[in-house]
Formats: sequence, C-alpha cells, structure tokens
Amino acid sequence: MSTTIASTEHDTQGGHGASHDDHPAFLQHHFVNADQQFDAAKMGMWLFLITEILLFSGMFVAYTVYRAWHPEVFLEASTLLDWKLGGLNTLVLLASSLTVALSIHYIQKGNQAALFWNLLITILLACVFLVVKYFEYMAKFEHGIFAGEGFDPHGVSHGVDYAKYNIPYAKQFFSIYFIMTGIHGFHVIVGIILMTWLLVKARLGHFSAAWYTPVELTGLYWHIVDIIWIFLFPLMYLI
Amino acid sequence: MSQTASAVHHSPKENYLNHQKTVWSWMSTVDHKRIGVMYLVTLAVMFFIGGMLALLVRLELLTPGVTIMGPDTYNQVFTMHGIVMVFLFLVPSIPAILGNFVLPMHLGAIDVAFPRLNLASYYVYLAGGALVLFGLFAGEIDTGWTFYTPYSSSASSAVLFLTSAVFVAGFSSIFTGINFIVTIHKMRAPGLTWNRLSLFTWSIYATSIVQVLATPVIGITMVLLFFEKMLHIGIFDPALGGDPVLFQHFFWFYSHPAVYIMILPAFGVVSELIAPFCRQPISGYKFVALSSVAIAFLGFLVWGHHMFVSGQSVVSSVIFSLITYFIGIPTGVKVLNWVTTMYKGSIWLKTPFLYALSFLFLFTIGGLTGIMLGVLAIDIHLHDTYFVVSHFHYVMMGGTVVAAIGGLHYWWPKITGKMYDEVSAKIACGLIFVGFNLTFFPQLILGSQGMPRRYHDYVEAFAGLHMASTIGSWVLALGLFVVLGCFVHSLRRGKPAPSNPWGAATLEWTNATSPPSPHNFVTSPIVTHGPYDFDAVEEIFSGDGASGDGSVQMDQPPSVAPSSSAS
Repeated sequence: MSTTIASTEHDTQGGHGASHDDHPAFLQHHFVNADQQFDAAKMGMWLFLITEILLFSGMFVAYTVYRAWHPEVFLEASTLLDWKLGGLNTLVLLASSLTVALSIHYIQKGNQAALFWNLLITILLACVFLVVKYFEYMAKFEHGIFAGEGFDPHGVSHGVDYAKYNIPYAKQFFSIYFIMTGIHGFHVIVGIILMTWLLVKARLGHFSAAWYTPVELTGLYWHIVDIIWIFLFPLMYLI
Repeated sequence: MSQTASAVHHSPKENYLNHQKTVWSWMSTVDHKRIGVMYLVTLAVMFFIGGMLALLVRLELLTPGVTIMGPDTYNQVFTMHGIVMVFLFLVPSIPAILGNFVLPMHLGAIDVAFPRLNLASYYVYLAGGALVLFGLFAGEIDTGWTFYTPYSSSASSAVLFLTSAVFVAGFSSIFTGINFIVTIHKMRAPGLTWNRLSLFTWSIYATSIVQVLATPVIGITMVLLFFEKMLHIGIFDPALGGDPVLFQHFFWFYSHPAVYIMILPAFGVVSELIAPFCRQPISGYKFVALSSVAIAFLGFLVWGHHMFVSGQSVVSSVIFSLITYFIGIPTGVKVLNWVTTMYKGSIWLKTPFLYALSFLFLFTIGGLTGIMLGVLAIDIHLHDTYFVVSHFHYVMMGGTVVAAIGGLHYWWPKITGKMYDEVSAKIACGLIFVGFNLTFFPQLILGSQGMPRRYHDYVEAFAGLHMASTIGSWVLALGLFVVLGCFVHSLRRGKPAPSNPWGAATLEWTNATSPPSPHNFVTSPIVTHGPYDFDAVEEIFSGDGASGDGSVQMDQPPSVAPSSSAS
C-alpha cells in the first residue's frame, strides 16, 4: 500500500484516444473491430426475433386452445376466409423474402445498384401484401365480420349466406384472426418503414461490402415477418 | 497510514460524473454508468411512491374497521402499491441500476454492446412509468397487480392505461435483457473466459434470458386484455364465452419467471458482497454460476403453482408442484455455498456484508415458505392469505431490496467517489432488519390463522399481530430513510473513496479509479485471474498503476491481510 503508486496514474492517460484514429467511420468507439460490432448487432437482432416469436406464440396458444375446444366452429368459420387471396399473399411474401435476401447478397459483393433495386422490389411486394389484406378486411367488414362485440354477420355475396355463420365461438375465431393478422400487418408496415429508410441510405451510398449491418438486420426481421405468415396462413385459411 | 494514503491518492480530476456538466449531457448520455445513475434516481422515486402506498396500507390495517380509508380506497392503494413496486421498481431494479453500472466494468468493456438502445430503454421505462402514474391519479384501479379477468375486463377503464404501461415497460426490460446478453457474449476483455466471469455477471446473464423469453408473453397478454376491454373479443371474459383461467396461465407464464427476474440479480449481488468480505473465493463457483441458469430455465415450468385453486387439472397441479420443489435445489446450492464461503474466511463486518447476512437470513425464510406454498394440500389452506403476502415480501423485500441496498453500499464509493458513514449505515441496516421482521413475521402467523390478503378489515383476534406489523413498517421506513440520509450526506461530506476500498478482485475495483473515467479503464484490462482470486491477484496489492489504478487503499485492512506481493 505504497503512496508512490498514485503519482504514476495520470501519466498513462496521454495515449488514450490516439489509437482510435485508424478506425473506419462506421465503427463505434466501444468496439474493438468491425467484426465484433457486426457479430454483436446480429446477435442482438436474433434475440429480438426470439421475442417476436414469443409475442406471437401467446396468440398461437389462444388459437390452439379455442380450436381444441371448438374444432367444428373453427372449421366452419375458416371457410369464410378466401384461401386464394391468402395464397397469393403467401407467394408475395415468399418472393419478397427472396428479394431481401438478394439485396443482402448484392451488397456483400459491393453492388449498390442491385441492393437498391432489390430493396425497392421488396417494398413494393410488401405494399402488394397490404393492399390484398385491405381488400380481404373490407370484404369482411362489409358483412359485419369484426373482432369483438361488433361481430354480426349478415348479407349474401358470391352465394355465401353470412348470417349462417353467426354461431357461438365464430366471434372468437374472427377476433383471433383479426388480432393476429392485424399485428402481423403492423409488422409489415414497420418493415416497409425500415426498408424505405434503407433505400434512402442505399441511394446515398452509405452501405458497402465492408458495412451493411442494417441491411442484414432488416433482412432478418423481414424473414421472421414472412415465417409468421407461413404459419398463420394454413392455420387460419386452410384447416 | 490510511489517512495519508488516501490524501495523496486522490481521484483524477476528470471522471464520468464531471467531464460533462449540462443537464442535456445527462439526458442524452449513452454512457452506461450515467444511465445507471439516472435509473438509480428514477427508481428511488418509484420506490418512494410504492413505499408510501405500502405505509398507507399498513396504517389502514393498524386497527380493525376503517382506520384511515374505506374499502374502495384501500383496494386502489394496495393495487397501486403492487403495480408500482413490481413493474416499475423490482423488475428493473438491480439490472437497471447496478447491472448498467457494474456489468460492463466486470467485463472489462468500455460500454454495453448497444449504448443507444440502453438509453432508449431508459426513456421507454419512463414512458411506462408516466402511464402508470397517470393511471394512478386518473382513476380507480382496484384490480390488484395481477389484473385477473373477468374483474379487470369489466372494471374502470383506467385499467387500459395500466395494461399499456405494462406493455411499454416490458419493452424496456426486453431491450435491457438483449443488451446485456450480447454484451456478455461479445464484449469481454481479453482473458475473461466464461469461468472467470463474476457471479454477478452470471446472474445478470440468467436474468436477461428470462427477460427476453418471458416479457413478450406479458406483452401479448396485455394486448389481448386491452382488446378484451376495448372490443370485447371474448377470449378472457367468461360472459362472452372466454376463459379467465387462460388469462391466469398467460399472466403467470410471465409473472412467475418475473419473480426470478427480480431475485436472480440479487443472488449475483450477494455473491459479490460475500466474497470480498470473507477474503475467500465463492465456494462451488461453477455450481453457483450454473444454478442461476438452472433457476432461469426451471422458472418457466412452475407457473401453475399460482393456480392450484383455479380449477386447472389435478395432473397439472401435481406436476407444477413437483417442479416447484426442484427449484429449491439450485436455490439451496447457492445458499449453502454462500455459507460455506464464510466458513474459515476472514470475515470483515462492513455494511455491505451485514446486508448480505440479512439477505441470507430473510431469503432463507422466504425460500422455505415458498416451498411450503408449493405443497398442494398446504397451499389450499394458505392460498390468498397473508402467508403468501409475507412469503412474497420475504423474497422480494428481504431478498431483492436488501441485496440491492447492500450492493448500493458496496458500489457507492465506485459510483460516487465518496465513502458513506459506516456507523449510520450499520444502524440503518439494523433498523431495516428489525423493522422488516417485525412487519412481516407476524403476517406469516396471521396467514396461517386465516387472515385473507387484500382485505381492509379483520376480526378482533388479529388486532395484536396487525398492530405489530404496522409498527414494524414504521421501523422499516425509518431504516430506509436513514439509508437515504446516509447516502445524501456522503455526497456532501463523504471522504473521497480510494479506488479499491474493499480490496476486491473484480475489474471495476482493480483497474478503474473511483469514480471511473468516462471510458471506464485507461487501457483495456487483460484478465489473468478469476473474480475472487484474492490471493493470486498480485496486481491488486502491488499494482504499479499502469493499468488504470491497480493500487489498493483500505481505510482499515482486513483482519487477516491477503498474502503480500513479496513472494
């Protein structure tokens, strides 16, 4: 416990800061190198995706419980959903997953133009998904099919008499349908916002083969949005 | 010796507290230490609000009948006490304050992996807190902190604020959890292997896993409850064909793991308190470390023990009861190892260690009563009585809060650069210990005799014990105010803290000044020893100062000095 130790402590501080000068601009100061920063960001995104799965899992459990109790009602009610539109949207989302994967692929190769176009196509496909979803919703609302107490099926269209779907627990099916697809749709909108932001940055040339972390992370996010739909579609529309 | 040493050994002029001084520099900081301090102040306010509500609850129960408030007001007061304490204080508490401050330093890192996300999580927490306080003043919420349907779906619409608040505050918890997991995986200093992590780090790691896996479920539960109230979707409300037991399953799927979010960090703090003040490595390091992870995972499989009387199937109840016993094993491993660490150690009775001892005593009572409640037949008798209330407070207040206060004393010199007054701190610790037991031990007896929870009134036979409990709450409050006074006093009058007043071996003590520089360490530490290798850490006791501040300055040497560097 010598007192002489203390006097040296300030001397070592001079060199601090100088060593950071050779770091690339995108590297935050608390990371040692770009790999560490990229790995950390990617791991953080994977953990976030796990929370997304658990968020939806609560709704999947609600679906499973009510389906197990009233399988015949769920079977009956699901025939009101248009599997062709749902199938179309499945294809649209799968295609958008391909284009977002391609956008990551191209920026890894340093191809900025291809990154831009693939992002743009992904955004357009996401918008197509929402437009289709909008028409699906409107067709339901028209006949009094809402989530919750507004549920009052009525009217006839395409030879389907909606009134005969006014059966106990059909309300629960459609409540779960609207909440799950609604929250999924919200995620699609968030995805569109994120990718529009990426599009602007890509246009400005912010990304390169050395740094494309936001593209990769948004791509991961977009895949989870797609995967959740892959489960929603058969559960809601097909069975 | 110590007088002259600490006089010469002053802290460097520039540290994380004073290198920028404006209010904006605090509000916009991404420094994990400053964010920790911001959480400390905010959570102290929340704890004060929740504590005042608790005192009101106890004051109403001082005498039978209406003492200061009627049943409706009473229901609102205990509800808000529960919500503020659980969601706004206990869940963030240790990870947000001490985790933020200490964890990156234990890892030898400059900051957490995502500093901006860290700041965002603070503001998200504030938004959640604002929603809760708005609900508190706006309107008559008397559902209890558990929001059980169908009552919550038909009660005052102010419940909507609270469900939104829990949802929002949950994001803060998730962000912090993700940040800490990634930080522990990716930001460790060279040489800091998993087996050299501090036990505090291990327990924060386990906590973060629970936060990430459980919190989204309460989020979606609150969303569904929100829609149940807004749209009457009929999922939870039996009048609409819904299932209230499903709500309980959802709620406890989060809220049971959530009690491990609250207590696991306390286990970590206690390990940090026991080792340096016994001058021994924590006995069974690997078992203590992995028992945290075991508790985190087992904690997901026991939620049904809150629902033994809900009408869930008997088979489920038996399984949940059995797994509840299993939780006792890793928890017992911890307690036994802490006690073993003290055996033949050189015990140094400083305030943080007194809190650790308090923790051991109180948490053991809390843990054992928990096992009792996990027994099917006994739980039928004790369900929804003061026995449960007391058990929960022994774990949460006697466990988490006592550990948090102990940890705060331990890290106070590092956080503020000041020493607190040892004598008044010890008096406060004694008041808290006595006041706590006087408050909550009578409740164990009351509960076993049938006093139900959440009642504002009781029969004459319970009057004596209730009065003792209320008087205890005043002693407890006094103790907590002495702690506050002691800390505030130290900020003004406290002696400057040496960089390692406890002779501890973790990096924040050995390689950083008190208070630390804005970047924690002068040079990135290279770790060559475990967190509790007091005898092997030559650099602690003969440091040349080159690696930040490796010298040790004790205001009083431990009774048995660690081996000197002469060898």
